[in-house]
Amino acid sequence: MTTANVYQQRPGDDVKAETPLHHANLPSLFGKGRNNPGVTLRERKLLGHLTLRGEAHDSAFSGGVHKALGLELPVALGVVSQGELSLQWMGPDEWLLICPRGQEFALEQQLREALAGLHIQVVNVSGGQTLLELSGPSVRQVLMKSTSYDVHPDNFPVGKAVSTVFAKSQLIIRHMAEDTWELVIRRSFADYWWLWLQDASAEYGLAIAE
Amino acid sequence: MLQIFCPHCAELRSEEEFHASGQAHIPRPLDPAACTDEQWGTYMFFRDNPRGIHHELWIHAAGCRQYFNATRDTVTYEIFETYKIGEKPQVTAKPAGAVPEAAAREE
Ligand SMILES: [Zn+2]
Repeated sequence: MTTANVYQQRPGDDVKAETPLHHANLPSLFGKGRNNPGVTLRERKLLGHLTLRGEAHDSAFSGGVHKALGLELPVALGVVSQGELSLQWMGPDEWLLICPRGQEFALEQQLREALAGLHIQVVNVSGGQTLLELSGPSVRQVLMKSTSYDVHPDNFPVGKAVSTVFAKSQLIIRHMAEDTWELVIRRSFADYWWLWLQDASAEYGLAIAE
Repeated sequence: MLQIFCPHCAELRSEEEFHASGQAHIPRPLDPAACTDEQWGTYMFFRDNPRGIHHELWIHAAGCRQYFNATRDTVTYEIFETYKIGEKPQVTAKPAGAVPEAAAREE
């Protein structure tokens, strides 16, 4: 068994938790803004984020991941999801698992059990990053303003995810559904992205959803 | 802006996602303690500075964060190929017009 220190890292629900955009008071903006907004932003807050590393070509690894998560290990630039669970390729030996709030400890234990004896790593990075969801007909326009990466559906179909340069910084762009995109951002950059996205979305109309 | 092919992401990506990290294919001495000062100094500090084809180490810093190698012309900046660490370059010929090393020394 592993010598890694595996423990529940999330404090209980009785402990007050502030999201990376707590100071922006997004709930005060719910339901306001233009009718038929071009862009709707939703803070997918306080989710579980796990970094998983292992040998992609080892069938014991890919099989173990499937056993633990019910998801196939995605190949380069892919993201697969089932319900609220998603698994994204980050590099040839690295993946990002995002799960509903509070499930990360159980999932880590399932992964470690299914992958016991293999050369792997599971790290809880929930505190370091967060997820913003953008949906609506004008999201692609906002992305085109922000990144040099080609976000046309021919190059960026649903199910693709890339880490790239965005508005002079870096983040991960994930295409989850036709008009739905996700940005995985560093927690410490949350305010910067919030300001940037407000500015870039203004001409299309921005709404904030719960 | 250059487009560079990342052998891990398997697609062309914008130059701003990458960083160059110097000369490629420099093996670390297996037993550093057995090296002379000159051998260790050569490994540590001395790098080729060719005019023409050069094999370089690059990292896809904003993407998959993997190192890989690139064969690049230091005069034209043309990148002939990129390949994974551990693989051998396909392009090694001297570019037309380059002065052979021996000839250059005789001058
Ligand atoms: Zn890459």
